[in-house]
Amino acid sequence: MARLNVNPTRMELRRLKTRLKTAVRGHKLLKDKSDEMIRQFMSFVKQNKALREEIEDDLREALKYFMLASSVMGEENTEQIFAVPSRKLNVETSIKNVMGIDVPMLKITGIEGDLPYALCSVPADMDVAVSKLTALSEKLLLLAEVEKTCNMLALEIEKNRRRVNALEYIMIPQLNETIKYIMMKLDENERATIIRLMKVKTMLEKNDDA
Amino acid sequence: MSLNKVAVIGEKQIVTAFRAVGFTVFFADAPSSATDILRELVKSGEYAVIFITEDIAAQMHDTLEILKSRSYPIIVPLPSLEKNGYGMECIKKDVEKAVGVDILFNKDESSNGGGK
Repeated sequence: MARLNVNPTRMELRRLKTRLKTAVRGHKLLKDKSDEMIRQFMSFVKQNKALREEIEDDLREALKYFMLASSVMGEENTEQIFAVPSRKLNVETSIKNVMGIDVPMLKITGIEGDLPYALCSVPADMDVAVSKLTALSEKLLLLAEVEKTCNMLALEIEKNRRRVNALEYIMIPQLNETIKYIMMKLDENERATIIRLMKVKTMLEKNDDA
Repeated sequence: MSLNKVAVIGEKQIVTAFRAVGFTVFFADAPSSATDILRELVKSGEYAVIFITEDIAAQMHDTLEILKSRSYPIIVPLPSLEKNGYGMECIKKDVEKAVGVDILFNKDESSNGGGK
């Protein structure tokens, strides 16, 4: 592992030691965060899967009724009665904070308007389809919310894992290595100084004798 | 910018039904036109949720991927008459991204998915 390119001085050593302390602490915190995010992600993703399965079945059934009705009525007629959007769905959007990520939150504030057609002018299947879809719309929005939360959590977990790995496998070993290098270098300098002093002393003593 | 509408993009025969619920409906038969519509909708900033039918969504995966990291709009593949599993595929991808391995789905197919 490559060590950092620094001067082997006491000051540098002190600086690196504080950096190492921060890195270790950051690593621990990020790891904890990652664990918690995965835990939350799992619960969200389970909900997401269940919800999607449920909706896929319900929606297919609703659409089947719709197809049946529209085939009875003919394509043009179907288009005609739905040509004017008489209903309007309003949703309220807000933002919820999950593990430091801003995830969306939706709320239906109301469906305005009435059915776009007269009840007597369409087959009964159409009514069934529309009422099923209306009931489904709330679930669909919930699915949207949960699915987005999952998406964003997954992205964040991935990012966080990179950070953890960078700290664990690059930053911390590098700092450790550099600290070790500086300490060895300083020790070596110290020994060199002692030896030099001893040498000088013996030389001086020799001079005195002579 | 009011961000309170819900849109559906998809094949005419299927998505017309959503008009009755109050969603704003856009017709698109091919991924290219759907991408254009999607771009417009995102730019307008009025739509909180955009549903796209699975068949089309599966073919515009790259575009959807870019929009994933933003909180709004939420883009959801919508299951249509015949299932092609794109929506489930997305969930699976998320799990793989987050955990590293797919631990939700391979329970049912552990007999043939063991080699992964």
